[in-house]
Amino acid sequence: MRPTTTGASASALSADPPLAARVPLDLLDRRLLFVTGKGGVGKTTVASGLALLAARQGRRTLVCQSDAKGDLADAYEVSGLEFAPREVQPHLFAMAMDTESSLREYLRLQLKLPLVAKVGPLARAFDFIANAAPGVKEVLTVGKYVWEVRERHYDLVVVDAVASGHIVGQLAAPQAINQLVQVGVVRNQTSWMLDILSDPAQTGVVVVASPEEMPVNESLELAARIRDETTVDLAAVVVNRVLPELFGRGEEEVFVRLRRPERVVALSGAVGGDVGPVLDAAELAVTLRRTGAGHLATLRAGLPPALAMLYLPYLFSRAVGLRATHRIAEALAEELGR
Amino acid sequence: MSPRGGGGRDSTRDGTRGGPEAREARDGHDVHDARKVRAAGTNGGDRARTLERLLATKEIVVSCGSGGVGKTTMAAALAAMAATHLGGKVLVLTVDPARRLANALGLERFGNTEVVVPPEAFAAGGVEPRGALWAAMLDTKQSWDDLVRRHAPDARTRDAILSNALYENISGRFVQSHDYIAMERLFEIHSSGTYDLIVVDTPPTRNAIDFLEAPERMGEFFSSRLLRWLTAPAKSRVLTVTSKPFYRVADSILGSQFLGDIAEFFSLFQTMAPGFVERSGAVKRLLTDRRTTFLVVSTLEAAPAREAEFFVRELDARGLHLGAVILNKVLPTYLRRTNLTPVARALCRDAAALAADPSVHGGDEPDQVARVLQEVGESFLNYQVVAKRESEQRDELAQIPDVVATAPYLEADVHDLAGLLRLGEQVWR
Repeated sequence: MRPTTTGASASALSADPPLAARVPLDLLDRRLLFVTGKGGVGKTTVASGLALLAARQGRRTLVCQSDAKGDLADAYEVSGLEFAPREVQPHLFAMAMDTESSLREYLRLQLKLPLVAKVGPLARAFDFIANAAPGVKEVLTVGKYVWEVRERHYDLVVVDAVASGHIVGQLAAPQAINQLVQVGVVRNQTSWMLDILSDPAQTGVVVVASPEEMPVNESLELAARIRDETTVDLAAVVVNRVLPELFGRGEEEVFVRLRRPERVVALSGAVGGDVGPVLDAAELAVTLRRTGAGHLATLRAGLPPALAMLYLPYLFSRAVGLRATHRIAEALAEELGR
Repeated sequence: MSPRGGGGRDSTRDGTRGGPEAREARDGHDVHDARKVRAAGTNGGDRARTLERLLATKEIVVSCGSGGVGKTTMAAALAAMAATHLGGKVLVLTVDPARRLANALGLERFGNTEVVVPPEAFAAGGVEPRGALWAAMLDTKQSWDDLVRRHAPDARTRDAILSNALYENISGRFVQSHDYIAMERLFEIHSSGTYDLIVVDTPPTRNAIDFLEAPERMGEFFSSRLLRWLTAPAKSRVLTVTSKPFYRVADSILGSQFLGDIAEFFSLFQTMAPGFVERSGAVKRLLTDRRTTFLVVSTLEAAPAREAEFFVRELDARGLHLGAVILNKVLPTYLRRTNLTPVARALCRDAAALAADPSVHGGDEPDQVARVLQEVGESFLNYQVVAKRESEQRDELAQIPDVVATAPYLEADVHDLAGLLRLGEQVWR
């Protein structure tokens, strides 16, 4: 590709560890990634892009949707996803989590219970207990993902996880359940779950943020809580919708002078139309970019220096669905140095 | 920059600016007329038209929308505007405000106690309010404790519930308790009759309609077979035929001790059923009352707009009143002007030639000027794509409600009351 890449990164590795840490070559080499963040920042976009990238590189990949919104299906332009995974792109399988199906599978595979047919109302009741009793639903949900990893059905499992308000509870559930439930199958299950969840080589959390005030604040709080309250490694922070920088060094001063009335008149005359609003738009773009950059600086300063940060550009195009997902995958590939 | 988004809304202005007429409406004289106006609105005639008029005729305003659209800030801005222009006692009840917003409202600590926003904060913004603005944050844990204290049949049960190891976890989780608490707290404050207008910010939910259903679900829960099953082991060891397999499986998964703990807790909890059932019915009636209106706040990005559309449909299906759709962080309308497209294209295409003209480069390095012109042109075309996309979203969202208000992208974050009022001014009239 680029002739100097190997030499440059090799020297960077020895001379400057933080630089190497900014390029987390191992992100897709993990087995289980939980993609989370504040509502509205683009969790599904990032999760679907990461999974597509992994699949494009030949990994057998499972991507899981945690809620019933259906955005993941839109990202791959397929109709509604179900609990049973289905191949939506080459090497890429997609599924939607639902607790009742997870319980059925759990009863069938773990408890060898033959009453699958009669389990309907029972599962609804259980679903309620699972909601009320701390940790049970979480263990059933996270347990399914970890189980897929343990059984080596896939090279990588990407979870389009619940939002920041809920993810810590979900990831901390295996420990919590150990304290609450003294005996039973659920307790037995938590030990192997913890082994996989706590291993940074296998499992990581990807926090998605956007360059705005509240998402940045929430990401910083979330990063701290993941460190303090769970055993899962924070693998990377992905900043979505980063606006482009318009002007390079010295060019902004040129732009400011260009806005003097006599020069706007001259330029309008030369172009044959009013450039005033076009220049206004550029100033708005500069302002939006600058506001976002301020929030990004806050985010970077508040995170551990060695933590990987990936930046995804704002997509101005009308691309939606699979086309947009491919573009996100490409942007991620670039950031990951692949 | 037109804050109205160029929707031709200027023609619907009628000069009503709060003042005596709005005050009168609050007192009840004008309410009937205002409703007739709204009823006629669907025929393309008069509508409530402005948020000012809408809020003047309501007692409860519920601000909804998906995360990140600015609904909390918008709720605070509207409450500040109502206190300033309509008068009376106005409360903004928020759930999880940003620190700077809490500061802007003078809320230093979380708690269920309402605090008055000091008049100095208005004075600093150069405003003399006709009424008073109060603010409160929702404290879920404390609200639950209050509920238990109110509905528990006796002191012993109350203490047993409050000290139960599962209580905290359960009160924080089941049946969307956070959503229920928000609505319950709203009911409590409204019944106190202390405020002329309450503006409520809704909790961030995975699904925007969750909180609408919370009161009903709470009521249903107490009469459900599920609760009977859950509490059976504590009452008697004799299990019914239907519940037996449930316990067999639950036992093997959770262990019977844990199940026993759950049963004990819900037995205690069940003693509060009469109070809860009655209360959840009253909360539901309040939400459907005509004195209550819902605002849907959204940006014009695809995902929030889609959720807003969904929410608008759900409100309608439930017979709830949609008062307004507020579009926030909207790009300026000049970006959509098609006669600017060839200008921007020319800047990209002819950048070098244009920059060579001395009256254009004005002494600056022509190469540098050319790069700037190119960037300016490209950036415009980029943002034009977004602005057009936004405009299509706007057309879809604007079809239903009485009021559609648009707030522009503000360059600075709101950090004081003056900032809230500036935002409020954009959508008020």
